[in-house]
Amino acid sequence: MGPKLKQSYHHSVTVKVNEQMGTKRGYTFIQANRAWLPKFLLLWVMVMAFLSTWIYKKMDADNKVRRKEVLSSMCDQRARMLQDQFSVSVNHVHALAILVSTFHYYKDPSAIDQETFAEYTARTAFERPLLSGVAYAERVKHSEREKFERQHGWTIKTMKREPSPIRDEYAPVIFSQETVSYIESLDMMSGEEDRENILRARATGKAVLTSPFRLLGSHHLGVVLTFPVYKSKLPPKPSVEERIEATAGYLGGAFDVESLVENLLGQLAGNQAILVNVYDITNSSDHLIMYGHQNQDGDLALLHESKLDFGDPFRKHQMICRYHQKAPTSWTALTTAFLFFVICLLVGYILYGAAIHIVKVEDDFHEMQELMVRAEAADVAKSQFLATVSHEIRTPMNGILGMLALLLDTDLSSTQRDYAQTAQVCGKALITLINEVLDRAKIEAGKLELETVPFDLRSILDDVLSLFSEKSRNKGLELAVFVSDKVPEMVMGDPGRFRQIITNLVGNSVKFTERGHIFVKVHVAENPKPKDDAKAEIRLNGGSDEGALISGSRQFNTLSGYEAADERNSWDSFQHLVTAEALRNDASEKMTVAGEASRSVTLMVSVEDTGIGIPLIAQDRVFTPFMQADSSTSRNYGGTGIGLSITKCLVELMGGHISFISRPQVGSTFSFTTVFGRCKKASHSDTKKSNAEDLPSGFRGLKAIVVDGKPVRAAVTRYHLKRLGMLVEVANNVKIAASACGKNGSSCGSKIQPDIVLVEKDSWLSGEDGCLSLRMLDLKQNGHVFKLPKMILLATNITNAELEKAKAAGFADTTIMKPLRASMVAACLQQVLGTGKSLPGKGILNGSSVLGSLLCGKRILVVDDNMVNRRVAAGALKKFGAAVECAESGKAALKLLQLPHSFDACFMDIQMPEMDGFEATRRIRMLESQANEQMNGDTNKGSGKKDKWHLPILAMTADVILATYDECLKCGMDGYVSKPFEEENLYQAVAKFFKTKPISDS
Amino acid sequence: MNHMAIAALKTQRRNLVQSMFDEGVLDNQFNQLQDLQDSSNPNFVEEVIALFCNDAERIITELNRYLNDQNVDFSKLDSYVHQLKGSSSSIGAYRLKLACVNLRQASEERNKEECAGAFNSIRREYYVVRSKLQVLMQLERHIVNLENQQ
Repeated sequence: MGPKLKQSYHHSVTVKVNEQMGTKRGYTFIQANRAWLPKFLLLWVMVMAFLSTWIYKKMDADNKVRRKEVLSSMCDQRARMLQDQFSVSVNHVHALAILVSTFHYYKDPSAIDQETFAEYTARTAFERPLLSGVAYAERVKHSEREKFERQHGWTIKTMKREPSPIRDEYAPVIFSQETVSYIESLDMMSGEEDRENILRARATGKAVLTSPFRLLGSHHLGVVLTFPVYKSKLPPKPSVEERIEATAGYLGGAFDVESLVENLLGQLAGNQAILVNVYDITNSSDHLIMYGHQNQDGDLALLHESKLDFGDPFRKHQMICRYHQKAPTSWTALTTAFLFFVICLLVGYILYGAAIHIVKVEDDFHEMQELMVRAEAADVAKSQFLATVSHEIRTPMNGILGMLALLLDTDLSSTQRDYAQTAQVCGKALITLINEVLDRAKIEAGKLELETVPFDLRSILDDVLSLFSEKSRNKGLELAVFVSDKVPEMVMGDPGRFRQIITNLVGNSVKFTERGHIFVKVHVAENPKPKDDAKAEIRLNGGSDEGALISGSRQFNTLSGYEAADERNSWDSFQHLVTAEALRNDASEKMTVAGEASRSVTLMVSVEDTGIGIPLIAQDRVFTPFMQADSSTSRNYGGTGIGLSITKCLVELMGGHISFISRPQVGSTFSFTTVFGRCKKASHSDTKKSNAEDLPSGFRGLKAIVVDGKPVRAAVTRYHLKRLGMLVEVANNVKIAASACGKNGSSCGSKIQPDIVLVEKDSWLSGEDGCLSLRMLDLKQNGHVFKLPKMILLATNITNAELEKAKAAGFADTTIMKPLRASMVAACLQQVLGTGKSLPGKGILNGSSVLGSLLCGKRILVVDDNMVNRRVAAGALKKFGAAVECAESGKAALKLLQLPHSFDACFMDIQMPEMDGFEATRRIRMLESQANEQMNGDTNKGSGKKDKWHLPILAMTADVILATYDECLKCGMDGYVSKPFEEENLYQAVAKFFKTKPISDS
Repeated sequence: MNHMAIAALKTQRRNLVQSMFDEGVLDNQFNQLQDLQDSSNPNFVEEVIALFCNDAERIITELNRYLNDQNVDFSKLDSYVHQLKGSSSSIGAYRLKLACVNLRQASEERNKEECAGAFNSIRREYYVVRSKLQVLMQLERHIVNLENQQ
């Protein structure tokens, strides 16, 4: 069970891996046959062993053949030489026989006697090296015996040296070589061998040989050669009888075969290697040895026989050779085979090792892949879990916060209020954190999708600024925003995420900055401007460089005068920006056209602060989640360190890039780029109203003078005033401003007559106090001025004493507290100029009552198949004053919603039998679009107001997951509420579309 | 006299509700439900509870029928449990809702045995919540009666 389970598990994993990889890749051949590998190895070894044996055998056989060939050639050579030498000797004996017959018988008296013969033979012995000696025996018939004995003076003796008995014939030796002189007078016919020889020789007339025997005297083995000597000339083709008759004697010689062969072999190379035997094989059953030892051992396995022909047809001889030693083991063959085997073994082993290694590597690879898949899955799961959990936490947290908000509305003692407020603040902090974690998790899980809606970037920046105005004012920080005019008014993008980025960065800056300024600057990323223009502008502005030397101490051309980390951000570069704008404003609509041509715009946003900066060592992990500069930072300033990492992710999602420059104790500048789409003109005007807060247009054309010594700050002020449509002049100090006014008075007309004078607090304090107001007074009295400019003081923070003083000095009109925002400035100006109805104030609304006001009198359709749910939802909505109708299925809802219907909203359950909420919504939307088309067709001439059918439909769902939400939007729903209703949640959902629609029930 | 009785009954009611909260039989949703009841809608809670009980009993009967089938139709089972879950979460019957969730899980896994177990716990939880709610409703009626007499 166990292994089986495991196997199937493994299988599933591999399948998963394969699927993961997308391409279905099979295993390699090696991997597939991994179990066979050892067997392959074994087989290989066996085959190789077999092969090497075969090689050995082959080489050995070759060796043997060669050895045999060598042997046979040596043997044949020896045999031939032996034969040659023998025949040479035989020829000599033949010659001797002819000599004897010539000189002994044809001459009369005989020319040869024993002495002559001995001498001659001795002197010609070298011609017959093989013969130990020659002798001549005469044929003596018994009848002639007496005469013969008498003539020679000795009796014929037998071989045993006894007087010969009576025979028919005798063959006593009469001449003999000295070496064999002992046989003189011996009857050759008394020896059996010799007799036979003699008889055969005289019958054939040729040389005949005896079988080998021990020679007298030397005891060497030898043979005796016998030649007949004929008395008379034989007739041609003589018969045997004629031969016998003509026979006169016999010449014999003893061949010392042993020494003969010995000599012969001595002359030849390789004598030691082989063993030679010579046999007489006349009697085929009994081979007589002529030379060599009968039972000498040698290599018995291999022998070679060579025939010997000694010229005697009756006798047969042969030579047998064999090697002295047995064939030596063939080391070459053995070594070769062995080496071959070893090499093959090694090769096999290497291949095997490689295969094993490949298998192992592949296994590891698969394992790693599997682990990777698992790790990734775990990572996604973690992110999903985080997203889910954060969501789950957020829901009750909303409840807590809502309840706290409600609690704060009740009558509480101050202590209780304090507690409750603290709890609310903590709760808010917690929910912010949770939202951040959720964001982070969403980003990691790849679930965060950016909206693309048109929005007004400037108003968002204003909003963010207002968020931090309280804090910055408390700390005495200058907080300002500047948006280049080139930045389009409306851009397409995700306003919420953009706001989040700015909030994060500005929030960080506010947190870490104790003095100086925080400056948010937005401009279009590509603006390479020639420097000449900038310089011209400086002159135009008139002595703006004086500003740098306002005080003796070290001043920087930044917003607050403190040094900023990124020098590029200082006035120099900033001025280019302003200049470029000025130029652009002056003329060239071409640029506008060119600019609008491209579909997207890349913005460069920088947030500059003069805070504590980031320690150098910590700079490279600033964007790592949960990392703050160091632990002391988090102790001092709090925070989780997740903000920047989210910011980075968001920026990258928006197609931008974030970077920063920071110098410890000087400040940091975070800059990022983001890509937004440009708005088409048409959609522009449509969405503008709903999205952006409208700036009042009542200030268009008003003229203002800004008195500020710091050019950057002045530029910011000017930027805000310009947004209100005002014409702005910048004066470096009060005097210049006053003189401007003065000249005005003399109706020169060349200068603008200011309606408003805005004086920066610093400039006012540093300038001579009374000067301006005195002048003003002067002018007033003289009656030159038609209308006095309104005096407004700009201040970051101001003490009561200063305020008093300011009022006394003539700033009676108002004081605008920075940070500046266009809407706030507008409000102040309205107040000052009295132009107006106050802005539509938006009170701080509290959920329940608002919900009541939102829903009161609305007709709402609740669609849910569950009776209980339906009842509860209806009850809840009724409580807020809505008129509720119910439908128990999608179909019923469709019936009720036939156009024209009278409902203001519909709450739709998603999961319903027959027709679910999605489907129902889809159909409703279809009906609506049909109706809309028709209507458009009817009223095509067209009043501008298009009254479209669009019923807000909200999904009711118990489990809010992202996918569901997406699905909701996809099928045309406007949002969702959790089920059962939670007040906060309901409010959020309903407010979305009831707020934008003006309540038109009257 | 009446006054005292009303106070006692209200205490009893509060204790009962509190005990139900403590045991997890009910959750916050029930409070919200109670909040929805006002003079314009005096019998709201009772009405909803009655609806709930009818609905739940019907569903439980259906569930029982499906689970006793040889081949359980899990999709049908699931849709019924979903309804019951919706109702119980609407009135805030927390433990019943959990039991429903368990049954849904089991039915997703096509595990008949677990389904049966979960179904039993649904039945058990339902009887618990019903009996307690009935007691509560009786108390409620008493209180209303007494208040009316005053």
